[in-house]
Amino acid sequence: MKSFSYERVATAAEAASALGRTKGAKIIAGGTNLLDLMKLGIEAPDHLVDVNGLGLDKIEETAEGGLRIGTLVRNTDMAADARIRADYPLLTRAVLAGASGQLRNKATTGGNLLQRTRCPYFYDTAMPCNKRKPGSGCAALSGASRQLAVIGGSEACIATYPGDMAVAMRALDAAVETVRADGTTRSIPLDQFYHLPGTSPDVENDLAADELITHVTLPAPVGGEQTYTKIRDRASYAFALVSVAVIRHSDGSGRVAFGGMAPKPWRAEEADAAMAKGAEAVTEIAFAGANPTEDNAFKLPLAQRALAKILHGKGE
Amino acid sequence: MTDTTRSRSSVTMTVNGTEQQLDIDNRVTLLDALREHLKLTGTKKGCDHGQCGACTVMVNGRRVNSCLSLAVMHQGDEVTTVEGLGSPEDLHPMQAAFIEHDGYQCGYCTPGQICSAKSVLEEIRAGIPSHVTRDLANVVMNDDELRERMSGNICRCGAYANILAAMKQVAEETA
Amino acid sequence: MKFDHPATDGPADRQNVLGKPHKRIEGPLKVTGRAPYAYERHDVAPNQLVGYPLGAGIAKGRIVAMDLEAAKAAPGVVDILSTLDMETLPVAATNVAPLFGGDEVRHYHQAIALVIAETFEQARAAAQMIRVEYAETVGRFDMATADTEDADIPNIGDFDTAFAEAEVTSDHTYTTPAQSHAMMEPHASIAQWQGEKLVVWTSNQMINWAKKALVTTLSLDPENVRVDSPYIGGGFGSKLFLRSDAVMAALAAKKVGQAVKVSLPRPFIFNNTTHRSATVQRIRIGMAKDGRIKAISHENLSGTLPGGAGEDATNQTRYFYAGDHRKFLNRIATMDLPESNAMRAPGEASGLMALEIAMDEAAEAAGIDPVRFRIINDTQVDPENPERRFSQRHFIECLERGAAEFGWAPTAPAMRREGRWLVGQGVAGGYRGSPVMPSGARVRLQPDGRLIVETDMTDIGTGSYTVLGQTAAEMLGLSLDKIEVLLGDSAFPVSAGSGGQWGATSSTGGVYAACMALREQISKQIGADADTVDFRDGLVTAGNRTMTLSEIAAGKEIIAEDKMEFGEFRKEAYEVATFASHFVEVAVDAYTGEVRLRRMLAVCDAGRILNPITARSQVIGAMTMGVGAALMEHMELDATRGFFANHDLAGYEVPVHADIPDQEVIFLDTADAASSPLKAKGVGELGLCGVAAAIANAVYNATGVRVRDYPVTLDKVIDRLPMPDAG
Repeated sequence: MKSFSYERVATAAEAASALGRTKGAKIIAGGTNLLDLMKLGIEAPDHLVDVNGLGLDKIEETAEGGLRIGTLVRNTDMAADARIRADYPLLTRAVLAGASGQLRNKATTGGNLLQRTRCPYFYDTAMPCNKRKPGSGCAALSGASRQLAVIGGSEACIATYPGDMAVAMRALDAAVETVRADGTTRSIPLDQFYHLPGTSPDVENDLAADELITHVTLPAPVGGEQTYTKIRDRASYAFALVSVAVIRHSDGSGRVAFGGMAPKPWRAEEADAAMAKGAEAVTEIAFAGANPTEDNAFKLPLAQRALAKILHGKGE
Repeated sequence: MTDTTRSRSSVTMTVNGTEQQLDIDNRVTLLDALREHLKLTGTKKGCDHGQCGACTVMVNGRRVNSCLSLAVMHQGDEVTTVEGLGSPEDLHPMQAAFIEHDGYQCGYCTPGQICSAKSVLEEIRAGIPSHVTRDLANVVMNDDELRERMSGNICRCGAYANILAAMKQVAEETA
Repeated sequence: MKFDHPATDGPADRQNVLGKPHKRIEGPLKVTGRAPYAYERHDVAPNQLVGYPLGAGIAKGRIVAMDLEAAKAAPGVVDILSTLDMETLPVAATNVAPLFGGDEVRHYHQAIALVIAETFEQARAAAQMIRVEYAETVGRFDMATADTEDADIPNIGDFDTAFAEAEVTSDHTYTTPAQSHAMMEPHASIAQWQGEKLVVWTSNQMINWAKKALVTTLSLDPENVRVDSPYIGGGFGSKLFLRSDAVMAALAAKKVGQAVKVSLPRPFIFNNTTHRSATVQRIRIGMAKDGRIKAISHENLSGTLPGGAGEDATNQTRYFYAGDHRKFLNRIATMDLPESNAMRAPGEASGLMALEIAMDEAAEAAGIDPVRFRIINDTQVDPENPERRFSQRHFIECLERGAAEFGWAPTAPAMRREGRWLVGQGVAGGYRGSPVMPSGARVRLQPDGRLIVETDMTDIGTGSYTVLGQTAAEMLGLSLDKIEVLLGDSAFPVSAGSGGQWGATSSTGGVYAACMALREQISKQIGADADTVDFRDGLVTAGNRTMTLSEIAAGKEIIAEDKMEFGEFRKEAYEVATFASHFVEVAVDAYTGEVRLRRMLAVCDAGRILNPITARSQVIGAMTMGVGAALMEHMELDATRGFFANHDLAGYEVPVHADIPDQEVIFLDTADAASSPLKAKGVGELGLCGVAAAIANAVYNATGVRVRDYPVTLDKVIDRLPMPDAG
């Protein structure tokens, strides 16, 4: 970890302006992923902007009947929020499926969205990795890939997005609100927020260099039965092999998003339309064109079975 | 306004009830501030990457991994470590219960387990749900809840069953 | 003192303190964070600098150049230790891979440099600035294609003919993956030189081996080396041997003339230090129609760096079950992966993972209940040499007692369903030898009547502090609170150390010997015959005279030292071993193949139990490790680049709280006079032996899917598991 300077800021505008003004600056909030990566030399900011004093730690109701979640709301608090528990249980379930109690006490909403892949080659700085060091190659393609992506990857990168929260947010049609150094704000639908690797796997999302996440907005509650299933080798405190977020209405319609399968939370709206026909129909559409390795091909039948479990009403 | 030349900062926090002022390298984690600067070595470094829970301490009453937090980010915070819970002569009930139920072997994950165990009982009583909570509107204390919530603290010696017994004893005593 | 015939009744048999459930005497220090581990010893040496290591980024080849300039110029850097500064250091007898020095890279993350700086942060930052140029060469990373050597194991009878003629046969191949110890405390050392004298405060299971290895590696005079390791945050074999942290700390401290401390970063440990080798095992069992084994063969393949022994998974099969015709093959592949070496129950842990599935499959082939099948194939003699008996063997009782207590009632495979869960039961046998090592101790009776025990024995969580205290208390008729136990310092008498589940058996023998010597000395001092003197309740009674121990030691402490040596009779006349049965119930998600344990039971035949609390903890801990072996633990080999890719505690999953169900342990508490003066045997490794197979067998019973490749992860189950119907 190289030396860096550090400042605390009090407003989002100050934070964005610090990002814009200072070369090599990065935002730090919970720090649970950034510090991990800094210790290994994978992230190497020159300057850290501590945004914990921004006050963006509230969950407010929107005029549209949804919720606006401040970027600094800790995972624990989001999952425990009474409105989210009651109206967006999918989100509570997804957040609680991730990490550990200690980590959820620190980890923030914005930071969780930005967490980076757990690909072992991204984590090992002696290895080629196009995401960490553009142009160096991808060791995972010929290496250990059990955890890695079966769809959405490229010749340059097959890393998976590791999170749970964003998978639920994708199913809930959440949007990310941001501010830039010049004060402009925008709202980015979660699907557009994440980029697929293509030829530049180092670019993971839509944020500009001076752009800061301020909120995540959830549309008005959609109701239905909401289930998040996370499958992993041990019973807790592990990243997903596969996770499935399902919202299902009594008429058989619904939405589904998958985690652990792709470089971003994976949802195909046309697959949602097949929900009434069952898991096989949904996954056939959602994972059309999948390109798994020998090590991770099992994720495709696993995703189908996990979805079937939920659609059969056995997802508890 | 932004001083990008300074790689050190001063920070004041309260650790186990004592105010501590530190002038430290920005890179120092809360864990290393405790272990190396304040010589409070009860908090352990098992992985330094948030993957084991040995470094668990309470900050403002909440348990966190002290390895994934910079000391300079704790201006004004109240930090409680295992040393602050009790001493050999005056054990915290959770510490006493760990001895009673042999909730440890090598002892290295133990301070983190104890800090977590204490917090877990508080979290359940505060109605904070977990991955295994059946009814999100009604959080109850049971073995599955304790096991799930303690899963961020790895014990390679495998004292889990005894840690569970220790926690249940304290939960009952303080019910 | 020599243990050269089975123990007769003596003072240790009183069982006033021994055998009782005493809580750990060091417990208050551990639960309050006051027990000092290696890296935390701020008090032992002033002005400690910090060393941060750099590991090789290739698996095999040479270092052509190392650019240290930027690192040397970085803030706070005092100096840099480079592997190019010296020839490859000599390799101690207990090590396989060299620990430092030279330009040759023999495995991934071999230590090649250490930055020495004023602070940890400075050292780490500078280490990341070092640029290394390698000349990579082709390594041997695939066990299946690597050159092998066969170890010599006697074959008995004519296996091939007997197997060919057997009425019922079973012939399958099993694999176990490379596993990592993953103890919670990283390898760490502080080193300081005082002139020619080196002191290393470290975390090591075997003080004398560490000392000897330092002497060899650094070419020192044994008189000039002290190793101290009073608290060890877990080892499981990873800390049996000297490792790079201690070597680099010592070299660095010499170089800068100041104390240096080094802790191996967690992501570095998996490839820099040792692991348990992967194995491929073929097991053939030929039976008569009634299920009696006529022929048994176990072939094993494992890997090692040149000069290592690999993982001999055949060992238990030589002794565990009957059968006249026996054939073994242990093939050792020479490879260029990181050093494979001992991990808890080396050999047996892997061997029983395979053998006890094979026994389940053989029982099924013979149409016999697997508990019954093991019972009818029990042997009370060494099958290779029927003249030699097991000193004690209560394996049948383990099985019968376990079946009764557990409620052993498996259905036919895949026949028990509870909602979406497929439920099954599994059983396995456990076998582990109970070796001993010479072990010394010193006891010092204080004028105030307290007794201090000193030995270089270690407590790696096993309970040594407590059981050695109990031994001394029993022998001198004192209560446990009058005993102070000091461990882990090479200035103390050389003990057995902690390994191979020999620790408690051997080191209590050493304390027994020292206490016998003290009793002798006290008796002499009061002019009595030691055989007639009674030590009880802090009092010494000789004839009609009664004195307190403090009166006797009033003028001056009384010191006695002795060593227990174990005679050849123990090996020649007997096979001394420990036995267990493991019963588990699992539920497998019919959709996803996720396996959840519901309950576990171990019944152990492990001699006299010295302390039922710490012994039980050893067993439940080992059962937990067995859950890891069964369901999740595997070092993912990148066979292209020759390293283990999942080299941290997020990637290498070990069991967490949520994985572990109710665990029950029953000790038969069978005093074995042939084993040790205390009639005790090892238990810490026994608890692991067979656990994983019991789980794999239960998964088969639950699902009808037989997985022969560990770990039994869901991907290996779902491809053969029918998708449940809706509704």
